[in-house]
Amino acid sequence: MSDADRDLRDAEPWILTTRIADYIAWGRKNSLWPMPMGLACCAIEMMAVVAPRYDIARFGAEAMRFSPRQADMMIVAGTVVKKMAPAVKRIYDQMPEPKWVIAMGACASTGGMFRSYAVTQGVDELIPVDVYVPGCPPRPEALIEAVMQIQRLIDARARAARGAAPLEAPAAKAAAGK
Amino acid sequence: MPLTGKPVKRPVPKGLLARSYLPSVIKGMWITLRHMFRPKVTMQYPEEKWTMPDRYRGLPALVRDEQQRVKCVACFLCQYVCPPKAIHIEAQQIGTGIEKGPKVFDINMLRCIMCGYCEEVCPEEAIFLTKEYQTVGQSRDGLIYHKDKLLEMGGIRPDSTHKWGPLERPRPADQVAATAPPPVGGTR
Repeated sequence: MSDADRDLRDAEPWILTTRIADYIAWGRKNSLWPMPMGLACCAIEMMAVVAPRYDIARFGAEAMRFSPRQADMMIVAGTVVKKMAPAVKRIYDQMPEPKWVIAMGACASTGGMFRSYAVTQGVDELIPVDVYVPGCPPRPEALIEAVMQIQRLIDARARAARGAAPLEAPAAKAAAGK
Repeated sequence: MPLTGKPVKRPVPKGLLARSYLPSVIKGMWITLRHMFRPKVTMQYPEEKWTMPDRYRGLPALVRDEQQRVKCVACFLCQYVCPPKAIHIEAQQIGTGIEKGPKVFDINMLRCIMCGYCEEVCPEEAIFLTKEYQTVGQSRDGLIYHKDKLLEMGGIRPDSTHKWGPLERPRPADQVAATAPPPVGGTR
């Protein structure tokens, strides 16, 4: 056994091998910087998610960026009125790829109770939405759930890109275990 | 027009020590240090959850009675009262020939604002708001819940009304205890 082989053997427990795509996806999903698009009362619940009780920092998504160029994930929280719609669209366009969108609450998802000519009936008429959160407003837990869903999506996309099966969701695992 | 109200004066620290702001810095750090030894307030969400109060208003769901019958009679009151018009019902005749039942009962959870008007208005106590609050979805269609899904969410909720009682065939008491009577007019 040569010295190089012995060195490699000794170092083996300390080496982590991975694929670069998985590594990037891991980095992305654990440092989602949100762009808080707080347009109405849902924004108050969004603030609660960042506050100590729920603490979205546990998921690495606490760095709210008010510049779209530094953000990964747009949280559309609130009623998107027709007057605001061009601004929402423009801010989304300014975000660098890859980017994700959460439609938080009834108004952002479908227009909610505002079936009106003044309100966009769902922000997905303007920008592609990845996760919808029902509620008026949703509880902070629901928004955390949405962030976790986005994390799973990032993982699933990275795995799908190289033709691997998606990771089993923890909920499905728990159901199978029962 | 004269200005009303009197602006407060900006507090100016007096003395050389106070103007160095060192006491304030130490005070602030002391507060930070103290908080490090206090109980943590963060709820570790996916592992830890609130227990919701009984009157919590989450996603609405349909319920069945003790004998697995759908309580809803498709009276359209909830559809009528729903502020965001999230409910869509289509009625059908059911076996009894007396009542209607829902053929289609869809609730668009992304429209729903969990106001509880449907529960309030329902004359049959057939629709209730559950404690479900952590649902998210990846499509709009996926969050339109159909009748089967709503009934599964609601489960069984017995009540004191026993509206169907007179329709049931009277039977000896010992048999009633042994077997649950079949639903009148089949399952809806």
